[in-house]
Amino acid sequence: MSKLWKKYILWFAQEHVDFRLAEFESLSKLFGFKFQHLSDQFLKPFWLVEFPNDETALQFASRSVALRAIFELYAHGQTLHAFHERLRNHVESHPAKVEAHFGANTSFKITVETYNKHFSQREKIDKIETMNYLPLSGPVDLKHPKVEWWYIEFWGLDPTAVPPVPDDILFGRLLAAGQRHLIKDLSLKHRKFIGNTSMDAQLSLLMANQALVAPGDLVFDPFVGTGSLLVSAAKFGGYVMGADIDYMMLHARCRPSRITQKVREKDESIRSNLKQYGCADRYMDVVVADFSNPLWHPRVSFDSIITDPPYGIREATEKVETKVTVKEGTRNSDMAHYPSTSHYALQQLYADLLDFASKHLRIGGRLVCWLPFHREDYSEATLPQHRNLQLVANSEQLLTGQTARRLLTYEKCSQTEPSDWSVPPLHVATPSEDFRDRYFNNCVESRQDRRMRKAEHREQGRLEMQRRGKVPSDSRAKKCDLNKSRFD
Amino acid sequence: MKLSTYNFLTSMAIKGVKVGYPLKLTINKKDVVETEFNPTFVERLLPKLDWSAVYGAAQVAELADDIPAVQPENIAENELLLQKLHHLLFEVDVIEGQLECPETGRVFPIADGIPNMLLNEDEV
Repeated sequence: MSKLWKKYILWFAQEHVDFRLAEFESLSKLFGFKFQHLSDQFLKPFWLVEFPNDETALQFASRSVALRAIFELYAHGQTLHAFHERLRNHVESHPAKVEAHFGANTSFKITVETYNKHFSQREKIDKIETMNYLPLSGPVDLKHPKVEWWYIEFWGLDPTAVPPVPDDILFGRLLAAGQRHLIKDLSLKHRKFIGNTSMDAQLSLLMANQALVAPGDLVFDPFVGTGSLLVSAAKFGGYVMGADIDYMMLHARCRPSRITQKVREKDESIRSNLKQYGCADRYMDVVVADFSNPLWHPRVSFDSIITDPPYGIREATEKVETKVTVKEGTRNSDMAHYPSTSHYALQQLYADLLDFASKHLRIGGRLVCWLPFHREDYSEATLPQHRNLQLVANSEQLLTGQTARRLLTYEKCSQTEPSDWSVPPLHVATPSEDFRDRYFNNCVESRQDRRMRKAEHREQGRLEMQRRGKVPSDSRAKKCDLNKSRFD
Repeated sequence: MKLSTYNFLTSMAIKGVKVGYPLKLTINKKDVVETEFNPTFVERLLPKLDWSAVYGAAQVAELADDIPAVQPENIAENELLLQKLHHLLFEVDVIEGQLECPETGRVFPIADGIPNMLLNEDEV
C-alpha cells in the first residue's frame, strides 16, 4: 500500500515557526487527510512528507497560511553526488512521469532557490547545468510555463555560520502555492475599520485554521473588538458573531487608531469590514454585552470560538461593576447611563472563557485563544484546564524579551448538560498571577526611573560638551548652511 | 440585529430572573438585507433555535403567514420553508427597537442594528 504514497516537499515561511506543526495537524483533521513520515526537523523551512495522493497535497495548500508552496519531490540528498545519483535514478525509473512532464509540448521553467546563501544569476544557471541528464525536451517559458521545476539548496539556518556545503539539496515539481497571498489581501493597512488591538491578518488566519473553520460553521468571538478574527473566519466560509463590552467600539465611535485619521467615518463597522472582503453574507451580528454575565440561551452552540481576550496592556480588562448601593438621584430614566466597569482579573476571565466554551461549543468544536505569560514562569501546569476541554495545541509568540503569548487550542471532548451548569466545573484555571501588574511594575527599573536616568545622561553629555568648549549645534541650521555653501 | 440573534439572547443575567426568555421584541425600524441562501446552514441552525421564539419573531416582523406556529417535521426537505426561514432569520435586520425582559420589564435598546445587553451596576 505504502508504495502508492508519494513524497512531497513542504516549503514554509520562516516566521511564526512554532505555529506550523499545529496548523499542519489542524488541517489534517479538518480535511481528514492522512500523512506519514513527516520529517521531524520542524525548525527547517523545508519539510518532507508522504501523502496518499496529489489531492491531499492540494487540500493542504488550499488552507495553509504558513506554507509558501508545495512540491512533488523527485529527489533529495545530503551531498551533491548522492543527490544527482538519486535524481537520475528517479527519472530513469519513472517513465510515466517523464512522459507527462518532460514531453516536447510541455513548456517548463527551472527556479533555483538557495536558503541562507546568496548566488549570482550566473552561478544559478551553472547549478541548472549540472542536471543536464534530465530528459527535458519542451520549450523554456519563464512567464507561463506548464511545469515549474524547483532546485533547492538548504544552507542551514544560521546566517553567521553558513556551512561549506549545503545541508540538503532537493528537486521537485511545483504543485501549488499556499495561502500567503491572503495575508496581503486582508492586510490591516487597507482595512476599513481597525482598532488598537486588531489582530494582524496572518495570525488571525492561523487562528481560523486552528479552529477548523469550515464553510457553514457558526463562529463566535466574545471579545470581538473590531472583528479582526471574524474577518479570517468569514473568509474561510464561517458565519460569524461577536460580542464586546465596549459600546463605542462596536458603534465605531471611539478614537481612530490611524495616525492620519481625525474622526471615524460614518460607515465604519465590523459589517463593512466583511463587506470589503466579500463576506457580508456571513455576517450574523455583534452584541454589546458583558462576558462575565450569562446572556446566551442554553441551546446555542457554536462550531468554534476564536478570541483574543484583553490582557490589560493595550486594552483594559473590564466587566460591569457590582455595586450594592446606588447613590440617590444619580440616574433617571431619560438619561443615557453607561455602567461603570471594574477590573476583570485575568484568571477569572479565563475561567469564565473555558466555562463558556464548555457550555456553548458543540462536541468536537474548538476554542482558540491567546494567553499572555512572563516567560520565566511559564510551565504547562499553569495552563487553564477544564474537564470538558482538551488542550490540543499550544504555540508561543514572543512579544518582548520577557513576555510572550501562547495560542491555545482546546477541543471540547465531553458535555455537561444544562441542568448541571450550576455545579462548579472541576477546572484548575491558574494562569500567571496578574500579568498586567507585573508587566508594568516588575521590570528592572520603573518607567519613571528610566526617564530620569536618560534625562540625567543627556544633561551630563551637554555639560561635558560645554567643558570641552564645543558649542552644541543645531542640526537643522547645519543642514541649511551646508545647502547654502553649495550655491555660493 | 437579525432575528436569528434574537433567538439566542436571554436576560438571565438580571438578578432574580430565572429564565428571561423569550425577550419581548419591538421593532421601530427595520431593514431587509438580501443575503445568499444557504440551505445547509439554515438546517444546521435549526436545532439551536427555539421555535416559539422563531414564531414570535415572525409575528413581530409581520411575516407570521410564512411560518407555522408549531415546528413541522422534516423541515430539511421543505425547501420553500427553508427559504422563508432564511428570509426571516437572516434578511430582516432590526435597526432601531428594543428587547424587553419578560420577567422584570427591563428594556434593552437596539441602536444602529446593535443590541445593548449591558446591565447596570445594581442589576447584576
